[in-house]
Amino acid sequence: MKLLAANRLIDGVAVWLGQGGRWVEDIAEAEIVRDKEGEARLEQAGREAVAKNQVLDVELIDVEIVDGAVRPLRLRERIRAAGPSIHPELGKQAKKPAASLV
Amino acid sequence: MYRYDEFDHAFVNARVAEFRDQVERRLAGEITEDQFKPLRLMNGVYLQLHAYMLRIAIPYGTLSSRQMRMLAHIARTYDKGYGHFTTRQNLQFHWPALKDIPDILEKLASVEMHAIQTSGNCIRNVTADHFAGAAADEVADPRPYAEILRQWSSLHPEFSYLPRKFKIAVTGAERDRAAVQVHDIGLHLKKNAAGELGFAVYVGGGLGRTPMVAKKIRDFLPEEHLLSYCTAILRVYNLHGRRDNKYKARIKILVHETGTAELTAQVEKEFEALKESELKLPEADIRAIGTYFAPPALPPRPEGDRALAASANADRGFATWLRRNLHTHKNPDYVSVTISLKGIGEVPGDMSADQMDAVADLANAYAFDEIRVSHEQNLVLPHVARADLKAVYDRLVEIGLATANAGLVTDIIACPGLDYCALANARSIPVAQQISNRFADQARQEEIGDLKIKISGCINACGHHHVGHIGILGVEKKGAELYQVTLGGSGDENTALGDIIGRGFGPDEIVDAVETIVDTYLGLRLDNNENFLAAYRRLGPAPFKEALYGSEAKAA
Repeated sequence: MKLLAANRLIDGVAVWLGQGGRWVEDIAEAEIVRDKEGEARLEQAGREAVAKNQVLDVELIDVEIVDGAVRPLRLRERIRAAGPSIHPELGKQAKKPAASLV
Repeated sequence: MYRYDEFDHAFVNARVAEFRDQVERRLAGEITEDQFKPLRLMNGVYLQLHAYMLRIAIPYGTLSSRQMRMLAHIARTYDKGYGHFTTRQNLQFHWPALKDIPDILEKLASVEMHAIQTSGNCIRNVTADHFAGAAADEVADPRPYAEILRQWSSLHPEFSYLPRKFKIAVTGAERDRAAVQVHDIGLHLKKNAAGELGFAVYVGGGLGRTPMVAKKIRDFLPEEHLLSYCTAILRVYNLHGRRDNKYKARIKILVHETGTAELTAQVEKEFEALKESELKLPEADIRAIGTYFAPPALPPRPEGDRALAASANADRGFATWLRRNLHTHKNPDYVSVTISLKGIGEVPGDMSADQMDAVADLANAYAFDEIRVSHEQNLVLPHVARADLKAVYDRLVEIGLATANAGLVTDIIACPGLDYCALANARSIPVAQQISNRFADQARQEEIGDLKIKISGCINACGHHHVGHIGILGVEKKGAELYQVTLGGSGDENTALGDIIGRGFGPDEIVDAVETIVDTYLGLRLDNNENFLAAYRRLGPAPFKEALYGSEAKAA
């Protein structure tokens, strides 16, 4: 399972590609794909968003579903999805404590 | 302090305007990220995990109260209310929006600051001893020379596209507090037998993937040849440094592959052609820059000792702080004060906007408006009358910055690590926090004595782990964090790289491992005058391996 991660150009905020080509700030709203076709579709959408100067550093990341919630396999991406582990009051986790994925 | 002249103001303002235009064009889609990235990096703008990061240069670690207040203002207005002081005497904001950065740079320019050359393959912020201009053991203040290097290297057309980044450090005392031997060029300011000022020149030091201690290629370079000699080194590097492999592009690799004797010969040949050129520094120019760094007029304050004795008897916390956080000043009525940014369990190097304002006020009231940033991620008030120490301490207690741990086991260097950094493989800060909490007891810390722990979250070694007495390197192994330990490193006048001690430790094992190392030292030291590093150098790694790995070590 994969989804597409990026940073938004104007402010650098971590975003993920959601349904309908919308970039979302909460990884829970990201579109998850399960096959090569899906990955290719996400990557193409990423290239188009880069070309439109919406996002940068686009990357497909591996995720799993744990207890019904999306969880990136790599710690790096879990920290990105939640915020700094040392500052639970900052980043995504500040708005949504359940987002703490570390 | 150095003050911008008309040229400096125009130069920095022009740069801000240029970058504002570049950001506008980027946001309008007129330039691509590939085109923009090198431009933003040259202005200190990185992209990290959660946001952009802006790295602001603090030349040779010297700040005024006014500048500190502006950093506080920026932290509040454009960031999340805090900043992070780094191991290169810089300050990083971890949350600025790209659209706001031109405004931030404009505000920085208004207090004579910028972010130029805090990234990119150019000559970076020149660092220096944080006690410069104040330390009793100093031969001369290294900062005028650091400032001359800053002016020479800023947007130097020949050296803006080097094979890789290039770092210069200057120290002015025999006791090296600027870690000059782990820089691309290290300069040790000294006097020759005739009493003339000059430099011992070290080349090719560095940490990172391939750590190397610099080689001394000149025992004495007269001060007037500072720029011609550095130019000669940079020219040899620019010509022969490898551009085919990023990991072999630093000058340390060139020195290593060429050989010190041959490289020195090349530098000396280039220098011969340059030494009488316009790069030769006129005596008047050196002295003119030096006047900017003249120490403040320090009025006699002989009442200090009496006041201190009374206060220290009445306040044990104050007495402890006096033992740890003072450094001897040239003027016996004064001292340099270390403000620890390593509160127990806190994030090393982080400081809130309110604390920045409070320290600016303290510097204004008691320290002639001067603040220093140390490469050990602490602040220093370089000139404080001994008679004022209690007032300074009491205020530091109020703002949570009176931790009496300078040089102790909880005075830990740590890079931002995987909590922020896109390059990191593991977290650094939580490890520092856990070690700090484990060794929180003040009496135990003082019993252990001087001990430098340095932690990096990846092989790039921003946390200087190779030169930690105990160094910790975070890596990623099979998707999990793993911490490798090195012992016996040091970044002073006897610079040494630490020895890798054995297999790494998981996040839940690393603090115990550090404690085992410390307990082993305590059990084997000759007496409490033999500090950790001295004991390690006497004992070697064997007893520490045995303590950490037991029979496993014997089998190996």
